[in-house]
Amino acid sequence: MKNYLLLNLSILYWIFIAPFKGQFFKIAPIFRQMVFIGVRAAPMVALTAFSVGVTLAMQAAHSLESLGAQIYIPDLVMLTLLREMGPVLIAVIVIGRSGSAVAAELGTMKVSEEIEALEVMAINPVQYLVVPRVFAMLVMLPALTIFGNYIGILGGWAVCRYALDFNTAGYVLRALESAETWDLYSGMIKSVVFAWLIITIACNAGLNVEGGAEGVGQSTTASVVESLLAMLVMNAILTGIFFFSA
Amino acid sequence: MNANGETIIEVNHLVRRFGDRAVLDDISFNVHRGDTLVIMGGSGCGKSTLLRHMIGSMKPTSGSVKLFGEEVTGMSEREIERVRLRFGMLFQSGALLASLTVGENVALPLLQHTDKSPDQIEEIVKQKLQMVGLTGFEDLRPDEISGGMKKRVGLARALALDPELLFSDEPTSGLDPIMTAVVDELTLNLTKGTHMTAVVVSHDMTSAFRIATRMIMLGHGSIVAQGTPDEIRNSPNPEVQQFIHGKPDGPIPLNLSQDEHEHHQYVKPRPFAWARGRFHGRTR
Repeated sequence: MKNYLLLNLSILYWIFIAPFKGQFFKIAPIFRQMVFIGVRAAPMVALTAFSVGVTLAMQAAHSLESLGAQIYIPDLVMLTLLREMGPVLIAVIVIGRSGSAVAAELGTMKVSEEIEALEVMAINPVQYLVVPRVFAMLVMLPALTIFGNYIGILGGWAVCRYALDFNTAGYVLRALESAETWDLYSGMIKSVVFAWLIITIACNAGLNVEGGAEGVGQSTTASVVESLLAMLVMNAILTGIFFFSA
Repeated sequence: MNANGETIIEVNHLVRRFGDRAVLDDISFNVHRGDTLVIMGGSGCGKSTLLRHMIGSMKPTSGSVKLFGEEVTGMSEREIERVRLRFGMLFQSGALLASLTVGENVALPLLQHTDKSPDQIEEIVKQKLQMVGLTGFEDLRPDEISGGMKKRVGLARALALDPELLFSDEPTSGLDPIMTAVVDELTLNLTKGTHMTAVVVSHDMTSAFRIATRMIMLGHGSIVAQGTPDEIRNSPNPEVQQFIHGKPDGPIPLNLSQDEHEHHQYVKPRPFAWARGRFHGRTR
C-alpha cells in the first residue's frame, strides 16, 4: 500500500511538475503503448459490447413485454450501457488483457535486472516506463468505452430490428431521446478513474515483483484481482455520487 | 600501481546486515584513478551486495561509500543520478531491455542524457559495438543473440557515455577464451589509455590476473586478502591459494549445511515460518 501511494505521487510528479523543470515526457512511447493497450484490445471490446447489447435487449424485451412497454427497450439498452455496463465491462476486458500484460512485462523486467539497469543508467523507471503507460491508458480506456457503447447499441438494435417489430429510425430516435449528455459524461468520468486505477495497480504490481518467474505470475494474478475489486468498488461509489446523492 | 593518483572510490567500515546476519562486515578499501580492482570470492560471499552498495542501489547498515569524493550512502535519488552519469555498469546477465534492439540499447543512455543528433548517436553506437566485436548487430533483438553477446552489448552500453568508472559483474563468464581476451584487452586499453577506473567482480582467475592492478578476496562478508596481483599470487593464506588455484580441498568448506548457508547469506523470513517450523518438528 505504501509502495502504491508512493508510485502515485511519483507519477503525479512526472506528469505535472517535471515538465515545468524541463524534463518533458516523450510522445513516441505513449503512442506505442496506446497501440498496445488500446488498439489491440478493440476486437475483444467489440465482441463483448455487442454481446452485452444483445443480451440487454433480449432481457428487456422479455420483462417489458408483460407490461406492454416494449417501446422502452432502446432507453434501457442506451442508459444501461452509457452509465454502467459500458465503462465497467470494457474496464474488465482491459484489466484482463492490458493490465495483466503490463504487470507481467514490468515484472519480467524487474526480475531480469532491467529496472535496476535503468536506475544505474540514471533513467527513472517511473518516468521511462510507467508514465507512457499511464497516458496511454488514460486516453485509450475512455476511447474504447465510447467505441464499446456504439457497438453495444448496435447489438440492441440488431435484436429490436430483426426479432421485434422496431424499425431502425424508431430505435435510433428512441435511444437518442432517452439519453442525456450527462449519461455519457458520467460514464466517461468513470472510465478515466478506472483507467488510473487499472494502470497504477498493474505498474505497482510489476515494479514490486520479487523472486523470479513464479513471482511474476503471482504479481500478475494479484494485479488482476486487485484491479477488478478496486474498479467495482469505485464504480459503486461513483454511481452513488452521480445518480443517488442529489 | 597508481597509489598516488586521485581516489575514485573510498569504502570505509562498510557494514550491511540483513536481520542479525552481517553480509558485509567492516569492509574498507580505496580505488585510485586508472586502477583495475578485481573483487573475487566464492558464490554468496557478498560480492554482488558489495557492488550494489558501491553503485548506490543498496543502503548500508553503517559505514560510508564515497564515489569521486562524494558520499553516496545518504544521497537522494536526484543527487545520486548525477553521480551515476559518471560511471557505467555491466550487469551479470547484461540486463538489456528486451523490448529494444541491440543498437537502441546502446543508444539509450545517449538519447536520455545527451543532446547529440541521431546521426552522431548512430556513429557512437557503431563505434562502441565495434569495440566489443559486434559490428553489424545493431538491428537484432536481445533474444536473438547469445548470452555472451548480450554481455558484450551490456558492456558497450555501459561505455556509451565514456564513463570515468566502470563496474563489471563477471564480465567474462560465459564468453569463449578469445572473447574473454578481447574484453580484457578492452578494459586494459581503457584504464591505461583514458585513465578509466574499473571495478570487476570475477571468478575467472586467468582474466583477473591479466587485468587487475589491485585485488580483493572476500569471504564470509569480510576481506580475506587484498593487494597487488603478485601479492595475492604469493599470499601465504591457504584460502587464497585454494581459491586462485581452484582446488577442491582446503580451508574453504565444500558443502555448507543449510544453517551455515543461512549464516552467510540472508534468507528472507517466510510468512508463518513459525507455523511451518512446528510442522517440521522444529522449535523456534
